[in-house]
Amino acid sequence: MAHSHTKTRAVKKLRRLEPDPGDRESAPKGVLISLVRSYVRPHRRVLGVIALMQVFQAAGNLYLPTLNANIINNGVIKADLGYIGWAGGIMVGIAVVLCVASLICLYLTAWVATSVGAGIRAAVYDRVQSFSVVEMNRFGISSLTTRTVNDVQQIQLFVQVMLSVLVISVVTTFGAVILAVKEGPGLSLVLGISVVVLVVLTGLVVVRLLPLYRTVQIKTDGLSQVMREQISGIRVARAFLRTGWEAERFGRANAQITNTAMRAGKVYALVTPIVMGVTNLSSVLVFWLGGRLVAHGTMPIGNLTAFLLYLLQILLYVGIAVSVLVLLPRAAASAERIQQVIDTAPAITEPPKTSVPFAITGGVEFRRVSFGYAGSERPVLDNLNFTFLPGKVNAVLGGTGSGKSTLLNLIPRLLDPSSGAVLVNGIEASEQSAERLRLDIGFVPQKAYLFAGTVADNLRFGRPNATEQQLWQALEIAQARDYVAALPGQLDARVERGGANLSGGQRQRLSIARALVRRPSLYLFDDCFSALDAATDARLRSALVPETSGATVVIVAQRASTVMDADQIVVLDNGRVAGIGTHEQLLADCVTYQEIIASQLGTGALT
Amino acid sequence: MSKSADEKGRKKEKPEEQDGGKRRPVIPRLISLLRPEWSKLLAVTALTVVSTGLLIIGPTLLGNATNVVFNGVVGKLLPLGETKAEAVATLRAEGQGDLARMLSAMEVAPGVGVDLNELARVLSLVAIVYALTTVFSWIQARMLTNIAERTMFRLREAAEGKLARLPLRYFDTNPHGEILSRVVNDMDNVDTTLHDGLSQLPTSVLTVVGTLAIMYWVSPLLATVSLLTIPVVMAVTIFMAQRSKDEFTAQWDQTGQLTATVEETYAGHAVLQAYGRRKSMDGDFRRRNRRLQRASFPAQFLSSAIFPAVVFVGNLNYVVVAAFGGYQVATGAISLGAVQAFIQYSQRFSSPVIGIAAQMNALQSGVVSAGRIFEFLDATEEPVLPALPGGSVESGASPKTASIPDGSIPGGRRIRLEDVSFRYEPDTPLIENLTLEAAPGQTVAIVGPTGAGKTTLVNLLVRFYEIDGGKILLDGVDYRELSRDQVRRCFGMVLQDAWLFHGTIRDNIAFGREDARDNDVFAAAMDAHVDEFVRTLPEGYDTVIDGDATNISSGQKQLLTIARAFLADPGILILDEATSNVDTRTEVMIQAAMARLQAGRTSFVIAHRLSTIKAADTIVVMKAGQVVEQGDHKELMDREGFYHELYTSQFAETPAP
Repeated sequence: MAHSHTKTRAVKKLRRLEPDPGDRESAPKGVLISLVRSYVRPHRRVLGVIALMQVFQAAGNLYLPTLNANIINNGVIKADLGYIGWAGGIMVGIAVVLCVASLICLYLTAWVATSVGAGIRAAVYDRVQSFSVVEMNRFGISSLTTRTVNDVQQIQLFVQVMLSVLVISVVTTFGAVILAVKEGPGLSLVLGISVVVLVVLTGLVVVRLLPLYRTVQIKTDGLSQVMREQISGIRVARAFLRTGWEAERFGRANAQITNTAMRAGKVYALVTPIVMGVTNLSSVLVFWLGGRLVAHGTMPIGNLTAFLLYLLQILLYVGIAVSVLVLLPRAAASAERIQQVIDTAPAITEPPKTSVPFAITGGVEFRRVSFGYAGSERPVLDNLNFTFLPGKVNAVLGGTGSGKSTLLNLIPRLLDPSSGAVLVNGIEASEQSAERLRLDIGFVPQKAYLFAGTVADNLRFGRPNATEQQLWQALEIAQARDYVAALPGQLDARVERGGANLSGGQRQRLSIARALVRRPSLYLFDDCFSALDAATDARLRSALVPETSGATVVIVAQRASTVMDADQIVVLDNGRVAGIGTHEQLLADCVTYQEIIASQLGTGALT
Repeated sequence: MSKSADEKGRKKEKPEEQDGGKRRPVIPRLISLLRPEWSKLLAVTALTVVSTGLLIIGPTLLGNATNVVFNGVVGKLLPLGETKAEAVATLRAEGQGDLARMLSAMEVAPGVGVDLNELARVLSLVAIVYALTTVFSWIQARMLTNIAERTMFRLREAAEGKLARLPLRYFDTNPHGEILSRVVNDMDNVDTTLHDGLSQLPTSVLTVVGTLAIMYWVSPLLATVSLLTIPVVMAVTIFMAQRSKDEFTAQWDQTGQLTATVEETYAGHAVLQAYGRRKSMDGDFRRRNRRLQRASFPAQFLSSAIFPAVVFVGNLNYVVVAAFGGYQVATGAISLGAVQAFIQYSQRFSSPVIGIAAQMNALQSGVVSAGRIFEFLDATEEPVLPALPGGSVESGASPKTASIPDGSIPGGRRIRLEDVSFRYEPDTPLIENLTLEAAPGQTVAIVGPTGAGKTTLVNLLVRFYEIDGGKILLDGVDYRELSRDQVRRCFGMVLQDAWLFHGTIRDNIAFGREDARDNDVFAAAMDAHVDEFVRTLPEGYDTVIDGDATNISSGQKQLLTIARAFLADPGILILDEATSNVDTRTEVMIQAAMARLQAGRTSFVIAHRLSTIKAADTIVVMKAGQVVEQGDHKELMDREGFYHELYTSQFAETPAP
C-alpha cells in the first residue's frame, strides 16, 4: 500500500551519510513553519488558485458518492435507464473537471515548491558568502554544502506534499463528515468513534515511531563513521593486525542498526493493519446499524451506500495525514539546520563609509591584538604587539595551534580581532572596506585551492587582464614553468574543481603564481612552502627575492629553514609572542626559538 | 594515507578491474541474496496469497450484505402472502417488464422486510474476514521487515569482509569517498528498494491478478468492460513514468552540478574573498540554481501527474461499471450487490497498477546501486600467495611453511632486501634491484623529496604490496615462506597523520595489541609520556575521542599513536617523522618518546629532521622512485651527490626569499 512506500522513503530521508555534530534532538516545529511561511508568502496568489482547485476536487470527490447513491435510488431501483445514462454523463463530466483541477493544482504546487526551494537555497548561499573564516570553520564546508542542497531538498519535498494535500484533506474530511451525517444522522456516532479510534491508534504509533526513526538515523551515522574510519585507517589496522577487531566493531554497529531498524519496522508494521482494520471493520459496523435503519424504513438504502463511501473517504484522508506526519520530523530538523545558517551573523561587516583603493606601503601594525573564538576558554592570539616592516621579508614561526594562520587572516580582514587593532597604512583595518583592502594583497592560503577552468583562468584570478608573458614569468618564479609547459595545452590545460587533477605541490606552486601575477604591495604566504620539498622550496624563495623587492612580505611557516634569513622573525608559541628579531638575535636570546632550531636542525645548528 | 597515491602521479583510475566473465546480472543476484531467508519467504508468500485472497473476497461478501438489505427493501414493497412468481407476473402484466426481470433475479420474499438474522450472519463473516486480513497483513509486514533487515545485515557484513580482503592497492587507486559512497549510500538505496520491493511488488501483482480473476467470476461481461480501461491506464503510466524518468535524470544532473558549484565556492571561500572574486561565482550559482528549479519543476509535476491521470481513468471505469451495471441490474442480469462489489473491485484495481508502475521506477535506481555494490564485492582480492616448492598456498592467515618467533626480540630484528624490484604499473618501473640491510637495532633513515617513493618502500616492508622480483628476508626467513600476519606481527608503525578512531583513549591505545590488558595500556601510555596528560582529562582513559579527534591536540594524538606502538612492542619500527606539527614543548616530548621507542629495535624512519638523519646508521636516499644513494651521513656528504644537494639546500646556506 501507499503507506509503506511513504515510510521507507521517510526513513531513507532520515538516514544521512554525513554525521552532523549538532542538534539531532527534536527540532521545534515552529522553525519549519516560519521558514516555509516566509518563502511561500510571495506566492500567495498562486496558493489561492491551488486552494480553489483543491476545493473543486474536494467538492467533486464528495459529489460522486451522492451521484452514485442517486443512480442506485433513482436509476437502478426504479429501473430508469434514462436516468442512469444521464447521471453517468454527469459523472464523466465531473471526472474530467476533477482531473483537470488536480493537474492544475499539482502543476502549481510543483512550481511553488521548487521556487521556494530555489529561494531558500539562494538565501543560504548568500549568507554563507558573507561569512568569515570563523563561521566557515564553525560549520565546515561539507556541512554547509549539505545544508544548502540536501536540507533544502527536504523542505521542498515537504512543501510539495503539504501543499498538494492540505486543503483537499481538510475540505474533503469536513465535507464528508457533514454529508455523511446528512445521509445517515443515525450513523454519526459510529462515524465519530471510527475517526477517533483511527486518529488515536495511528497517533500512538507515530509517537512511538518518531524517536525510533531518530535512533535509526543516529545508528546509521555511527555505522558510516565506522566505515569511514576503517577506510582511512586501513594501513594502521593491517600493520597492527587488527582487522579482525575492526570487523567485530563493525559487526556490533551493524547489529545495532539492524535491531533498531527491526524495532522501528515492527512498530511501523502496525500502521497499514490499523488503517485497514479500522476502515474495514467500521464499514461492517455501519452496514449492520445502517441495515437495521433501512429495515425500519428510517433510511433509504442508497443513503447507506453513500454513507459508506463518505466513511472511506474520511478514513483515507486521515491515513494521508498520518503519512505526511511521518515526513514532519525530518523536514523540521532540516529547517532548523537551514535557519541556523541564515541566523548566523557574519563576524566581518563592511564599514559604512568605503575608502578609495590604496597601495599598502606603510606596513602592518598589530596593536594589543587578541583573538578568541566565542565560547573557547583560551584565546588563539593573546595581546600581540609588533609591526611587520614595510618593504621587508617578515616571518612568523610556530607550530600548529600557535595561532599563526589566524594572525595572517587578520590582515586582509578574513577575520577581525576580538580586541585591539590591526593597522594597515596606519589606519585600522576594521574601518576599511574589506574588498578595497584586499585589492592590494597577494594571499596564498595554507591549503592551495584552485577553481575549475584553465591554468590561465586560475592565474588571472587576481588580475584578469594579465598578459601571457606575465603568467609565464609568475610560473617561472613559482617553479611551475616546467611542468605547466609539459601539460597538454600548457596555459589552457584544464584544472578540475579544487585542482583535484594536480598534486599537492603543483597546486601550491600555482597558488603562489596566482598571487605573484597580481603584483600587490603586500604578500601573505600562509605556510605554503611546506608542501614543497626542501630543494624546490629553497629555489622558489631565492627566485622570489627580486620579484617581491619593495613589497612587504609576510611568511608564516613551521619549518625553521624557511624563515631563517628573513629580515624579522616573530616567534609564536601558544598565541603569544615568544620573541622578535633576526635569526641571530633570536638564537641568542629566545629559548623557544632555540628549541625549535634544535629539534629541527639538531643541536649543532645552535652554534 | 593519500601519500602513496601521490607518489604514483595521482592517476585517476577507474575502480579495480573485475573478475571477468563471472559477473551475473544484477537482479537475479539481488534476489539470490534472499536465499537464506527462503523458509520465511515461503511463509510470507503463503500469508500474502491468503490475505490478498481474503481482501479480495471482502467486497463480494459486503455485496451479499447489500443484497440482503436490498432484497428486504424490495420484498417489503410487495404485498404479503404473494409468491415471488406471482409478483413477477403482476409486474409483467402492468407492463413493467424491466422491473419484472430484475425481480425474478432476486431472492425476494414478498411482504417480508430485511432479514436481520441473515444480515448479521453475512456481516459477521465479513468482520471475520477483515479481522483475519488485518492480522495477516500485520504478521506479513513484521516478517518482511525482518527479512529485509537481515538481508541488509548480511550484505553489509559481506561488504565489511570484502574491505578486509581487498589489497591496499584498491584503496590507493580508488578515491576513499567513492568507496564510502558504495558501502554507505548505495547500501542505503538498496535497503529502501528491498523494503519497498518486498512489501509492495508481490502484493500488488497478486492483487491485480486476484481481483481480475474474481471480477470475471462475478460477471465476465462487466469484467471485460472494465478491463478495457487497463491498457489505457498502462499506457498513461508508462508514458508518464518514461517522461518523468527523463526529467528526474535532468533534475539529478542539475543537482549534482549545483552541489559541485556550491562545494567549490565554499571550499574556495578564503581565496574568493582574498581576491575579491565573490561575484564571479555568484553568477554561476544563480544560473545553476535557476536551472535546477527549471529541471526539478517538470520532474516533480510529471511524477505526481501520474496519479490524477490514473484516478481519472479509474473514475471513468467507475462510471462505465455503474452505468452498465445499473442497466444490468435493471434488466435483472445481475444483482445489485454484484454491481456494488464490482465498483469496489474496480477501485481496488487501479491502485496496485499505479503501485507496480511506481515500483518499477524506484527499482531502477535500486538496481543501479546494487550493481555498484556487487562491483565492489567482485573487485580483485589480495593475491593468493604463490606456493614455494614444498610449501602450501596461503593467503592471509592460512598455513605457512616457516616459523619465526613471535613478539619482540631483544635488540630488534634483522631485515634484508635482496635485489628487490617493484612497480605499481606493469610498464612503469619503480623500485629496481634494491638491496638494503638493517642489522638488529640499527636505524635506517629514508630521505628524499615528496613523491620520491618513501611510502612505497614502507609498503613493501610491511607487505602491503607483494614484490615483483628479488626477496625480502626477515631474520633470514624469506617473506614468501611467511604469512602476511606473521610479517606484520614483527612491525610497528607510527605514521604522520595520527589515525585515531571514535572510541575511548583506552581502546585507541589497546588497538596496538590484540590481548592488551588495562595495565599494559597504562604502561604503554607511561612509556609514551602521555599517561600524565590522559589522567588530567575528566574521564581519564575513558575519554571518548570524537570522530575527527578535535577534542585533543595533534601533539597528544601523536603521543597516543606512539603509545600504541609501545604496546605492540614490535621488533621493527616504521616511523614517519611529522614536520613539527605541534607546539615546541610537545614536539620535544614526541621526539623523546620516539627515541625511547627506537631503543633496542630496528627502525626505518622517514626522516625530516637533521638530527635523526645524522644519527642514522644507514641513510637511503630516494628520488623518483629509485634508491639513488645509500650510506651514512659522512659517506654521502663526501660523495657530493643528490644527498649533498638535498642537505645543502635544506639545512645549510638557505637563501632568503
